[in-house]
Amino acid sequence: MVNYIKLIALGLVTLLALIAANYGRDLAYTVNALEAALFAFVAFIFILRRTDEPAGRDVSGEYMDGVVRYGVIATALWGVVGFLVGVTVAFQLAFPALNFEWAEGFVNFGRMRPLHTSAVIFAFGGNALIATSFYVVQRTSAARLWGGNLAWFVFWGYQLFIVLAASGYLLGATQSKEYAEPEWYVDWWLTIVWVAYLAVFLGTIVKRKEPHIYVANWFYLSFIITVAMLHVVNNLAIPVSIFGSKSVQVMSGVQDAMTQWWYGHNAVGFFLTAGFLGMMYYFVPKQAERPVYSYKLSIIHFWALIFIYIWAGPHHLHYTALPDWASTLGMVFSIALWMPSWGGMINGLMTLSGAWDKLRTDPIIRMMVISVGFYGMSTFEGPMMSIRAVNSLSHYTDWTIGHVHSGALGWNGMITFGALYFLVPKLWNRERLYSLSLVSWHFWLATIGIILYAAAMWVTGIMEGLMWREVDANGFLVNSFADTVAAKFPMYVVRGTGGLLYLTGAIIMCYNLYMTVKRAPAVEATNQLVPAE
Amino acid sequence: MDTYSLLRQFADSWVLLALCAFFVGVIIFVMRPGSSKTYRDVADIPFRHEDKPAPRGDAKEARGNG
Repeated sequence: MVNYIKLIALGLVTLLALIAANYGRDLAYTVNALEAALFAFVAFIFILRRTDEPAGRDVSGEYMDGVVRYGVIATALWGVVGFLVGVTVAFQLAFPALNFEWAEGFVNFGRMRPLHTSAVIFAFGGNALIATSFYVVQRTSAARLWGGNLAWFVFWGYQLFIVLAASGYLLGATQSKEYAEPEWYVDWWLTIVWVAYLAVFLGTIVKRKEPHIYVANWFYLSFIITVAMLHVVNNLAIPVSIFGSKSVQVMSGVQDAMTQWWYGHNAVGFFLTAGFLGMMYYFVPKQAERPVYSYKLSIIHFWALIFIYIWAGPHHLHYTALPDWASTLGMVFSIALWMPSWGGMINGLMTLSGAWDKLRTDPIIRMMVISVGFYGMSTFEGPMMSIRAVNSLSHYTDWTIGHVHSGALGWNGMITFGALYFLVPKLWNRERLYSLSLVSWHFWLATIGIILYAAAMWVTGIMEGLMWREVDANGFLVNSFADTVAAKFPMYVVRGTGGLLYLTGAIIMCYNLYMTVKRAPAVEATNQLVPAE
Repeated sequence: MDTYSLLRQFADSWVLLALCAFFVGVIIFVMRPGSSKTYRDVADIPFRHEDKPAPRGDAKEARGNG
């Protein structure tokens, strides 16, 4: 019966999307509408073929791992795509000739850059968060995911969001807000998917069999709720036409800027920090085979982090129209963030106390430890850069980009790789990974890549900042902007090379994970009644 | 008084106090007597139900099955 309602809804969506494509006022909108129609149509066929089939076996005694498997695959694939686009834009900056004439307006730097940031943050990071949160919340609640196939809706709905956003960027649909570029209809769609995600996660917690909610779930939950709030407020916009991609922001001027960076910084704080800390608090203890160092500290870490992070946004707007008191507030709270960040880092690292020898033998734990190390390093660097005097040198320079990447490649990337290496043998019932030496290769390629990247960006960022402020004896600026661009060339090449190493590592990981599923010795399925296909 | 000033007054006084009190309350709560034993137990949650959900029944029963 439910299937009939789904079929009617999907048929209507397909029809409406095709009508919208027909009336579309711009190319991005038309293409997005066709993509939505295609998604809905494929889902229609998929459900149609299953309608009126006899009910399957009772699965209430198993965890729902199918959606986690798909999430793991999506994470790995989107990761490679995002890194590849990143390497491409890095070399486009170094060698402008790579902005090909024939591709102008589609794959030039300006169009590709938001594709890169969204692909790595939302496609790679977001899929990693959804997949691991579904895995972790089931294991730590001792309950199957709530909501049945709603988890599948979350997964596929999120992929549709990624596809819509990515193709929209290349065709020029953007509302020009950092990390919030997707236009109004994509924002609405993400809101629906996100509410479903919250329902699945919260529903599972509500029906949990463990009396206590494990700390990882607190972090995941705060990530889901806060991102919902940030997303809705920052994307308040009125579409110019329901058949066009253009929209107008409700807020304007400094209010809009403040809202944007309240969103932007907390996207870092709750998407890339709180969510990934949820991963840390589950996968580091699991891989180290010992409980977290201090559970008390983890609770204080959680409350301190969420209480302080939310105020730090204004440090993105030093020396702007934003009132001084507001940017001072942002700066003070950013510095206060040192405490919870380092508390969390110590908690993660000390989980290994008594098992430090594992660092030598287990490249996966090495990956997780270096990830926590990069977390500590970038959460030290960030508050320092938020200090107004430092910011006057670092702002608008490549130092910022270097900082973001030591956090994103080092912390988010490495902990995700660690989690993927942990998850694949478990999810596909394999005894072990295909090759540990390939994990070591991945580890070293990624680490050296990050070091090249971050070091190049420190050098070029500080050089650029100093060149911009250099004045001669008469008070005239010494350098033109183009002078700084020319001076940065060698560092841009080093940065691109670092990115290439990181990408190579990720491709090796994909190969290793694929071979794990195909070749590694199987174990008897413990998490299912029938073996995985 | 316009809405902004009113809310600002309120945020700078009572709300600030309430948030700080909540935060201090969390720290005191975490340090409460007997918490170490509780937290040593809950820190083991990831190692209990690796393969399948707890069977139907009450939580105490479920906890023994790790």
